[in-house]
Amino acid sequence: MVAEKSGKRLNSASELELLCEEIKRSVSARTRTVTICCGTGCLAYGGTKVAQAFRDEIKSRGLESEVEVKTTGCHGFCERGPLVVIRPENILYQRVKPADIPQVIDETLISGRVIDRLLYTIPGTKEKVTYEHDVPFYKKQMRLVFGANGYIDPTVIEDYIGCGGYAALSKTLFEMKPDEVVDEVKKSGLRGRGGGGFATGAKWQSTREAHGDPKYVICNCDEGDPGAFMDRSLMEGNPHAIIEGMVIAAYAIGAHLGYIYIRNEYPVAVKHAEKAIAQAEAMGLLGENILGSGFSFSVKINRGGGAFVCGESTALMASVEGRVGEPRAKYIHTSEKGLWDQPTVLNNVETLANVPLIINRGAQWYSSIGTANSKGTKIFSLVGKVNNTGLIEVPMGITLEEIVYGIGGGIPKNKKFKAIQTGGPSGGCLPASKLDMPVDFDELTRAGSMMGSGAMIVMDEDNCMVDIARYFLSFLEGESCGKCVPCREGLKRMRQILDRIISGQGQPDDIELLENLSETLTWGALCGLGGGAANPIMSTLRYFREEYEAHIIEKRCPAGVCKPLISYNIINEKCPNCTLCIKACPVGAITGQGKKLPVILDQVKCTKCGACYDVCRLGAVEVR
Amino acid sequence: MTLDTRSKAEVVNIVLAKYQNDSSMLVGILQDIQAELNYLPREALEMTAEVLSIPLSRVYSVATFFKAFSLKPRGRHGIHVCMGTACHVRGAEKVLDRFQTELCACAGETTPDMKFTLETVNCVGACALGPVVVVDGEYEGQVTAEKVKSIIEGCK
Ligand SMILES: Cc1cc2nc3c(=O)[nH]c(=O)nc-3n(C[C@H](O)[C@H](O)[C@H](O)COP(=O)(O)O)c2cc1C
Ligand code: SF4
Ligand code: SF4
Ligand code: SF4
Ligand code: FES
Ligand code: FES
Repeated sequence: MVAEKSGKRLNSASELELLCEEIKRSVSARTRTVTICCGTGCLAYGGTKVAQAFRDEIKSRGLESEVEVKTTGCHGFCERGPLVVIRPENILYQRVKPADIPQVIDETLISGRVIDRLLYTIPGTKEKVTYEHDVPFYKKQMRLVFGANGYIDPTVIEDYIGCGGYAALSKTLFEMKPDEVVDEVKKSGLRGRGGGGFATGAKWQSTREAHGDPKYVICNCDEGDPGAFMDRSLMEGNPHAIIEGMVIAAYAIGAHLGYIYIRNEYPVAVKHAEKAIAQAEAMGLLGENILGSGFSFSVKINRGGGAFVCGESTALMASVEGRVGEPRAKYIHTSEKGLWDQPTVLNNVETLANVPLIINRGAQWYSSIGTANSKGTKIFSLVGKVNNTGLIEVPMGITLEEIVYGIGGGIPKNKKFKAIQTGGPSGGCLPASKLDMPVDFDELTRAGSMMGSGAMIVMDEDNCMVDIARYFLSFLEGESCGKCVPCREGLKRMRQILDRIISGQGQPDDIELLENLSETLTWGALCGLGGGAANPIMSTLRYFREEYEAHIIEKRCPAGVCKPLISYNIINEKCPNCTLCIKACPVGAITGQGKKLPVILDQVKCTKCGACYDVCRLGAVEVR
Repeated sequence: MTLDTRSKAEVVNIVLAKYQNDSSMLVGILQDIQAELNYLPREALEMTAEVLSIPLSRVYSVATFFKAFSLKPRGRHGIHVCMGTACHVRGAEKVLDRFQTELCACAGETTPDMKFTLETVNCVGACALGPVVVVDGEYEGQVTAEKVKSIIEGCK
């Protein structure tokens, strides 16, 4: 294996190029590569066991020189994991179990036949799809940043180099001046993927121009936005791309030390980042005198402790300094006084992963993708009530409809689409009437939501929008650092009002009160956590006001979610006493009356857990 | 008791040495101590403050600010129910309710026999599989209330 031999230090651009060629040759000498997704989703389905079974079986048959088995990061289509892709044909097998492996080797790898039962079936048409690139989920995507995840083993630096990795770094160091790098990034139109959408080039320029030495580069992999996991998957699946982006940023602004801030809940991301740093240092792609260019830059890892507010720039920097992660007012930008009061560039994981792409293929090419003010692609986590959940990468400007129906395959169980939540706790919920909207930074903001880090949570008719608003408020109430009053007190009061509405005690003027408090919060909060906290309320009030009114005036939860306003009942005509619900009820609230007679549900004992509703196959339990 | 405190002290010393007594690495230091001792005992915090020469109040403020830290001993099995948005819309509340009923413990509590600690988390980054429950570091996807009992029974 090249991997073992090559780990030696590279001292020039041409040595890197030679190594890349050598790796490419050794890859094409093999006939087949089997890539097995070992991202978190596939691991939960048993990905490690599948990978181990493949390795053992290939070894016992002496096929190691022909078939390479590769474990990779997330391929995106987590819903159907564990995923196995046989390359170069790109045959996609889904829901693979260790017991399937001998057959895959005999039939597909040796005899070249495709195994039908392991293929992906399109739900509506029942059509089987053989190749990864033909699966509708992938077909409509544009996987520029995320695509490499399916091809490389993140713990093997040679895999990344073989795909042209670190070529952008080499080009930067030997062919470009720092100002030219800043200019290129500016011209590309790249905007930060961490939430705010701030122009990356402009940020680099002000840090470059700021007085003070040393300067720092920080990569934000805190990803506290619930429902988003693209940063995790990039860091786990392709850490070198992020490191390469950081070194380029460091060269552009003149920094020699950087930090990657990763939340502790992502242990694999931490491990892969640590390994990548060590490998890059050993090969002279990081550390002292990178590629013999004279430029030096090293990277340290800092682990977060599970606080959403620590994703905010000033709180994050406080946390890196070993202090409590409380934000400070930003009269002075962190580009001038950031970490230890020194000029600091803070960028999101995905932002940095875009940088090598821009340097390699040029700002002009990059800016040809996307809309007027949002360039390139964006990775979204498409989750919730949608058939094909996972990570998708699409060009800016694609419509929500194409995302939910074209890529996502629509809503499960033929339920009705109700809303899509974007932008996380500072974002908003958009209704069906906005499905034809093109997705970019400005359109989303105009519609009362925002891009945020890219979580897209689909909701159907069974989700209550008042409950969702309350959910975000109580999340933010728990995450508020408590430093400023509008956020600390305002969130609590707003949550209390929503609690009241949800329990049927809502007052006629509660909506107005919520609107007033929202305004105070938006203008009075110190940092973005409080500043954006009213958005989930404002957007649900804007698009789903009638649901609030149903709760307040009619004392009714139309979606059947808010416990104090609902009850479970048996529809006698539909119930032949199959007893499923009797077994499912955790508190013994359902009793049978004998053969063929409907069961009886005791409202006093019932805790409204919904288990009977979920198990009944005949639709004999209703929520009112 | 003496043996117990000594081993705590050893753990703290080893961790502090690993970070070369660098007080800017406080969050990481406390994480590593907790990983070894399963919670942050008072003695460990006092030692950390002492060795790093920083006020105990600063160590406490960090230890109580971040959710990942616990100042109380935790059960042998950690059950983390994800309450992130993606899991919430797919019924995480029902799953949590069932865990609370089955374990007779509220979120954040440890069962009296010290076997389980039930905790909620806001997203563990496996949102595509929601509702997600992490049991002793292992991810379980698409959990329903019905599966709760067998998950608990699976913990020996
Ligand atoms: C409460 C709060 C939480 C945030 N969390 C994150 C996060 O988890 N990851 C992230 O990249 N940015 C987060 N941000 C945005 C950062 O403050 C910062 O704008 C971003 O990391 C800058 O990188 P970018 O320009 O590449 O987007 C958060 C902001 C706020 C106000
Ligand atoms: S807005 Fe909230 S999180 Fe931000 S500083 Fe104020 S209290 Fe803290
Ligand atoms: S809702 Fe839950 S507690 Fe009530 S009857 Fe149904 S299963 Fe039993
Ligand atoms: S599960 Fe449905 S059909 Fe069966 S006994 Fe219960 S209510 Fe009746
Ligand atoms: S984890 Fe395997 S596809 Fe996402
Ligand atoms: S919301 Fe539960 S894993 Fe992300």
